[in-house]
Amino acid sequence: MSSVPQASSPEVLTGTPARSGSMKEDRRRALYWSYFFLVLFAVFFLTPPIYMLITSLKSSAEIGAITNPWFVYHPTLDNYTALLGSEQYLTFFKNSAVVSVVVVIITMLISIPAAFALARMKFWGSATLGMGVFLTYLIPETLLFIPLFKIFAWVQDLTGIEVMNHYWVLMFIYPTLTVPFCTWIMIGYFASIPKELDEAALIDGAGYLQMLTKIFIPVALPGIIAATIFAFTVSWADFLYPMAFTTSADQLVLPAGIVTILIRGDVYAWGQIMAACLLGALPPLLIYAFLMDYYIAGLTAGATKG
Amino acid sequence: MAAVLPSSKAAAVRGGGLRRFARRKSTIAFLMALPLIALIGGLVVYPALYSVHLATLNKSMERFVGFGNFEFLFKRDLFWMVVKQSCIFAISAVLFKALIGFCVAHFVHNVPAKGQRKWRGMLLIPWVIPPAMSTLAWFWLFDPSYSAFNWIFERIGLPSVTWLGDPNWARFAVILVNVWYGAPFFLIMYLAALKSVPEQLYEAAAIDGASWWQKIWYVTLPMMRNIISITVLFSLIVTFANFDIVRILTSGGPIDQTHIFATWAFKLGIEGNDIPLGASVSLFMFPILAIAAVFILRDINRRGNEA
Amino acid sequence: MAQVNLRRLVKTYDDTPAVRGIDLDIPDKEFVVLVGPSGCGKTTTLRMIAGLEDITEGDVVIGDEVVNDVPPKDRNIAMVFQNYALYPHMTVRENMSFGLRLKKFPKDDIERRVQNAARILDIGELLERKPKQLSGGQRQRVAMGRAIVRDPKVFLFDEPLSNLDAKLRVQMRTEIKKVHQKVRTTTVYVTHDQVEAMTLADRVVVMNGGRIEQVGAPNELYHSPVSKFVAGFIGSPAMNFLPCTLEEAGALRVRLNEAIALPVPQDRTARYRPLLGKQDLQLGLRPEHIVDARAQLEPGQHAFEATIDVAEPMGMETLAYFQVNGVDVCARVHPNAGAAAGARLRLAADMSCMHLIDGATGRVL
Repeated sequence: MSSVPQASSPEVLTGTPARSGSMKEDRRRALYWSYFFLVLFAVFFLTPPIYMLITSLKSSAEIGAITNPWFVYHPTLDNYTALLGSEQYLTFFKNSAVVSVVVVIITMLISIPAAFALARMKFWGSATLGMGVFLTYLIPETLLFIPLFKIFAWVQDLTGIEVMNHYWVLMFIYPTLTVPFCTWIMIGYFASIPKELDEAALIDGAGYLQMLTKIFIPVALPGIIAATIFAFTVSWADFLYPMAFTTSADQLVLPAGIVTILIRGDVYAWGQIMAACLLGALPPLLIYAFLMDYYIAGLTAGATKG
Repeated sequence: MAAVLPSSKAAAVRGGGLRRFARRKSTIAFLMALPLIALIGGLVVYPALYSVHLATLNKSMERFVGFGNFEFLFKRDLFWMVVKQSCIFAISAVLFKALIGFCVAHFVHNVPAKGQRKWRGMLLIPWVIPPAMSTLAWFWLFDPSYSAFNWIFERIGLPSVTWLGDPNWARFAVILVNVWYGAPFFLIMYLAALKSVPEQLYEAAAIDGASWWQKIWYVTLPMMRNIISITVLFSLIVTFANFDIVRILTSGGPIDQTHIFATWAFKLGIEGNDIPLGASVSLFMFPILAIAAVFILRDINRRGNEA
Repeated sequence: MAQVNLRRLVKTYDDTPAVRGIDLDIPDKEFVVLVGPSGCGKTTTLRMIAGLEDITEGDVVIGDEVVNDVPPKDRNIAMVFQNYALYPHMTVRENMSFGLRLKKFPKDDIERRVQNAARILDIGELLERKPKQLSGGQRQRVAMGRAIVRDPKVFLFDEPLSNLDAKLRVQMRTEIKKVHQKVRTTTVYVTHDQVEAMTLADRVVVMNGGRIEQVGAPNELYHSPVSKFVAGFIGSPAMNFLPCTLEEAGALRVRLNEAIALPVPQDRTARYRPLLGKQDLQLGLRPEHIVDARAQLEPGQHAFEATIDVAEPMGMETLAYFQVNGVDVCARVHPNAGAAAGARLRLAADMSCMHLIDGATGRVL
């Protein structure tokens, strides 16, 4: 490393923190520009949600009148009350909730033991399986939805069980979206638990199942919460599979329901649609608001491990 | 394992306990991973392979037509447009997402720690809202008659834009929404990565006389190579295979000009009831994805060995 | 309480031998320290005793039972890890009682044991805290508490003090010794620090390259090392090794260079005389046996002069480094002896503590 420090201020030369001089000036300028751009991007990112809110508070009349779309002159909660009273909308909500919760449970039941086995126990094929989990994540749902559609149709023909056009089909399919990434997250968390803890537990007399339930799960709880949140939000938000598999109104989940049913012909009740969207986005938003750290940990955990 | 020398009776009675225990551990592990294997095998690998089979059938799925579907597709201009389009969408969207994510991460990083949480919280919101719903909001923002953007344009003297009516504007709109939705992900990743670069490297660079731009080029980017590769790979795949945004904004219109693989496969396969053709279209994504994956994985492995 | 016997113990990883045949008998209640440089096999040996490593060849006997195939939980041992390995989500009390709870011990028995251990280690007030609320020394004590409650036959320590700062290490060393005096259980303790070995052990086992170099009480190893490795490993600063030749000029002498020839003590002449003319001899002399020469020499001392290269004042003494024939030598002189870079000092070597080493084989002759 070379040579002469650039700044002329004596503090920098002696190594003490600069009280005045070029470093601080730089930092202040950087800060101002940062705030400027941050505000710009915040406007960019937050415009659609805010616009959703604004529109949802408008009556159809106001929307039709083409007044300032960015301001509500006569705010009304009619859209919301209509939705909350609409059995159809509530069915969508119920379906989404049921599917998401069940899928989260299934995902955790599959991911946690598998992650424990892959992180801690070497068994035949564990390395390939680990790689396989990662690669699975690279196979998108848009590749699988057609063959899956055909497979389930065939199952229906074969067994007579009505699998098509029922939302509980999604409970089988959504795990393909959630399990690989959740397993990957959990492997990262489990692997970070020091091996000495295993050995202390072995000496204390714990079998593998006890190690998992009494030690690994409690210690890796943040990871489990993060994975749960991830699984929930993915299940709640998925759009392609419901569009492909469910068609009758009473079987639809929220995303598909709003898009297909609430948009009727050329007459859009946009106030109501926006309200529906906002209400539908509420669960993930609430989870995010209260558990933001876990939410973000879920995202970053997967990548930093890889 | 070399033979254990003959020992006392007690061990003989236990019958090689430690070795049996080790073998049992292997079986337990396998059983624990079995649901995962079953899920991946049955609902991912099998359908993927099955789609190859499907692609070789005719429309009513009775006859084997080999590459017939593909020949049919290759002859159509629309197919090549879809290929080109999907690639352009993916590459340009990912480029912008990464760039925006990178820059905004720096801005957030510059803000004092207490404020960072607040900004981070606000800026991640596009990612939290289910894409189907936020895309509807954009759809309404782009509405031909009621577009709120056009309302602003008129006020300041700019011409109205037919956002979704004109093929080029429609493409722009799709990319825009995609970038809006995905940039926060990059932001979060890069912010975390930025924090892990030791402050001392920047101080050493400052002493060496590096400008802010040089610091980024010589310190930040090299330290973040791995995370950049990973995020770009993931995003390329996810963006390439995107369905929600195009479907809701344009349904592939106007006049099929904004179709990408997923939406076109949906239209042909589910709406058009030609499953094999739809499967062929989806399948075509795979080689492109695989090539991208190989390149970037190789990159990661190489870098990982350096580190 | 029980004795531990290691018979022809061997451990090989793939093709690399880590432990090449260890025979060791540890009587009941003895505190044995396995010491040696990194990679010498001491930790591997400990883990084989614990059951955390499979045994390639040989036997581990605890009590009078061969435990090769017995899982760790049934060997009646307890282990204290270098990184404490405390369960972070459990309180101190739960950490200590975890093993007992798994074995379904009755509640009052568990409570009695926990209280007993807490009393011995003085951690009674910490019972409801979690590990992250404890200091390093406290965590180490909790780890020991976890071991004590099991009332095992053997305590195993895997470098428990390596993570503590120097001052704390000295403190905890004494604590461990006190605990052993209260709870007289056979103990096998692994460390790379020879000071810990010397201060804690009833007997020290010096290991090198997967084999035992020497076993003995600390004093025995200090005064009568059998090999150059042990001689150089025990004692700090390390023993000086000076290439020399034996000569006879009236009496038997050790010649270092033209200027310095040191006399061999009377009681050793018979032993060393047959080695006259032998090549590749080295004189081993500890720094504490090279001091500044007083006006009147002690019996056994012989004076010579040397120019000091580097002086390190330690407060209670000064380490003076000088060269003989290009070899660095360290002497421990009085702080007021005037040792400084460039000074010419009159030093006295205590030849009654000399060792003669065969340079080729490394054996002490």
